[in-house]
Amino acid sequence: MDVPGLFNYWIVIVLMMTGFYVVISRGNLIKKIVGLNIFQTSVFILYISMGKIIGGTAPIVAPGVTVYSNPLPHVLILTAIVVGVATTALGLALIVRIKEAFGTVEESEILQQRDDDA
Amino acid sequence: MRRHLVLRVTTKLLMPFILLFALYVQFHGDFGPGGGFQAGVIFGAGFILYALVYGVENARQVAPDPVIRVIIAAGLLLYVGVGFAGLFLGGKFLDYNVLASDPVSGQHLGILLVEFGVGTTVAATMITIFFTFAGRGQDGS
Amino acid sequence: MIAAHLPALQIVVPLLAAPLCLLLRRGALAWGLALVVSWATLAMSAMLLSQVLQDGVISYALGDWAAPWGIEYRVDSVNAFVLLIVAAVGAVILPYARRSVAHEIPAEQHSAFYTAFLLCLTGLLGVAITGDAFNLFVFLEISSLSSYVLIALGRDRRALTAAFQYLVMGTIGATFIVIGIGLLYMVTGTLNMADLALRLPPLGPNRTVLVAFAFLTVGASLKLALFPLHIWLPNAYTYAPSAVTGFLAATATKVAVYILLRFFFTVFGFSFYIGALTLQNLLIPLAVLAVLVCSTVAIFQDNIKRMLAYSSLAQIGYMILGIGMATPTGLTAGIVHLFNHAMMKGGLFLALGCVALRVGSVRLESMQGLGRTMPWTMFAFVLGGLSLIGVPLTAGFISKWYLVQAALEQDSWMLAILVLVGSLLSIIYVWRVVEVAYLRPAPPGAAAVREAPLSMLIPTWVLIGASIYFGIDTSLTVGVARQAAIMLMGGTP
Repeated sequence: MDVPGLFNYWIVIVLMMTGFYVVISRGNLIKKIVGLNIFQTSVFILYISMGKIIGGTAPIVAPGVTVYSNPLPHVLILTAIVVGVATTALGLALIVRIKEAFGTVEESEILQQRDDDA
Repeated sequence: MRRHLVLRVTTKLLMPFILLFALYVQFHGDFGPGGGFQAGVIFGAGFILYALVYGVENARQVAPDPVIRVIIAAGLLLYVGVGFAGLFLGGKFLDYNVLASDPVSGQHLGILLVEFGVGTTVAATMITIFFTFAGRGQDGS
Repeated sequence: MIAAHLPALQIVVPLLAAPLCLLLRRGALAWGLALVVSWATLAMSAMLLSQVLQDGVISYALGDWAAPWGIEYRVDSVNAFVLLIVAAVGAVILPYARRSVAHEIPAEQHSAFYTAFLLCLTGLLGVAITGDAFNLFVFLEISSLSSYVLIALGRDRRALTAAFQYLVMGTIGATFIVIGIGLLYMVTGTLNMADLALRLPPLGPNRTVLVAFAFLTVGASLKLALFPLHIWLPNAYTYAPSAVTGFLAATATKVAVYILLRFFFTVFGFSFYIGALTLQNLLIPLAVLAVLVCSTVAIFQDNIKRMLAYSSLAQIGYMILGIGMATPTGLTAGIVHLFNHAMMKGGLFLALGCVALRVGSVRLESMQGLGRTMPWTMFAFVLGGLSLIGVPLTAGFISKWYLVQAALEQDSWMLAILVLVGSLLSIIYVWRVVEVAYLRPAPPGAAAVREAPLSMLIPTWVLIGASIYFGIDTSLTVGVARQAAIMLMGGTP
């Protein structure tokens, strides 16, 4: 296996698993959002990596250049980044409201209070 | 930040350049790297820097909430409006070719307007997100 | 001219109305605009469906960029049907929303509510109409983000944690879908779903395609709340405002089921090779578990909204069961149930919203004696419940009839019996409500309860009436579903 050549993809896998693990294992809501961000970032790298063509330049037509990188994954990922920003902002806004309503951002304490409500 | 003279002066010095750079990224976007989203974020970052150093209240005087709200909606409406213009001029939705007399300048005009719509909405949204979080708890809401 | 641009207008009109709603600061104005727009989308989706049934597939190239390069809106009989379901439910719920929202949400948030509602509608319609895989993800996120907001607007503080939980799980699901789409793009270089369908088969058994398949399946299953991945749904439905619960229950999961259908049958093709696992033994066990476990859990719920949420999970199990059989009859059953369940569950949640408005609680004990004080609401609930059970002459019967038929075609008696057991379980949970509402007297000293206002009763009855009507006249639902099923299986309708 061409391990160093697939360096980007190893990074993707490590980041993805790190983010996913943080989302699952942390009880602190802010840390969950951080984990979610790392998880999404790994996908950004996955897309950007596949757009690179060895020897290709930026896809702006210029004299004497024949090989261009694929711009489409970048555009797609710009959209995904926007979605990520919106998700993060909404998640943080929810956390602010949760903190005001429950007085804590720890999942275990919130669950306890939720059971008291029921 | 009242007493950090260096920060206050540097911020004031940097502000015009940040905003100008945002406009460059915005309007040069169809010839080089750039575009509405990046420009909007840079423009928003200028406001956020100002708010960090001079306080959210001062920044709010420049960009009051109702105005920002209108700008968010206006950017999106510009985008959809360009789409409808293409439709009414006989093309498909978001068809830029029919916007001007020849397709090339039509594409130019279309992407410029659409990216401007994106830029204004993004800038206003970024500012709103920051103000909403930073203003929380100060005015008791 | 309008007819040629219907696919674009279907999405753009609600999208355009959303920022306008935000600008109209007054809640009543925003509601009026949203109402007009939702009826317009319903009219457009009905016209689209009739066009598709007459002339076949409609393709619309956005910005006039031809299909594999640009984004294509592609309407065939499957998604025209889904579009109609979403638009119809939206159009029925908005008249209802005025009183319900006024009661449950503070006045200054009304215009924001209708903005989010329209964005959610746009997103759901967009997922259904687009023929581009990445565009599907973008619309999915538009609808998801706005539905998190809508859920968080619930009165109870637990709505916030429910919305947060949904946000985390929904984002993971959507990100899984992007990973799947990205891997498909890697091997084929295209994002257009029709183009993908052409380019995937020549690749043969390919590990990247398999991984893409796995990511897409798990991602879509998270979004449609297939059993073991359903944890977010009961809380989200329980604590969301009543109108939102009705809307999401009738549309959001249905659209997610559509995503699964689209990827399984159009993009990968139903004979797609996935090693020793076939579609059948992947989906059917999960569907069986969903029906049995979630129906049983529903029996033990005291909050009726939560009970109906678990019942929804069981009904999703039926849909997946039909899809998992991968035969024309099974698919027909799945797609018909998609429609029928949208009608009856929408109607049931709206009836509960009426109870929430007048009684203030949807717990079982607070429904005592409601059969006499709110006769129309409770009668609607009973009819919806009968449809849920699958009594003949209701829409639920039609779905189950086709499911049993599909199971018997394959000689799987166990699955046919499972459908019956599921119905028996639903008799139990529906009966619990009926018993309390009709056979127990109102507790002494309880405040007098009036019937719900007409603006809420009529939408409830429209949906419940539809779930009875389509149990008697099945030419539209079964006709379209059969055509859609044959098309998905690769035949010509």
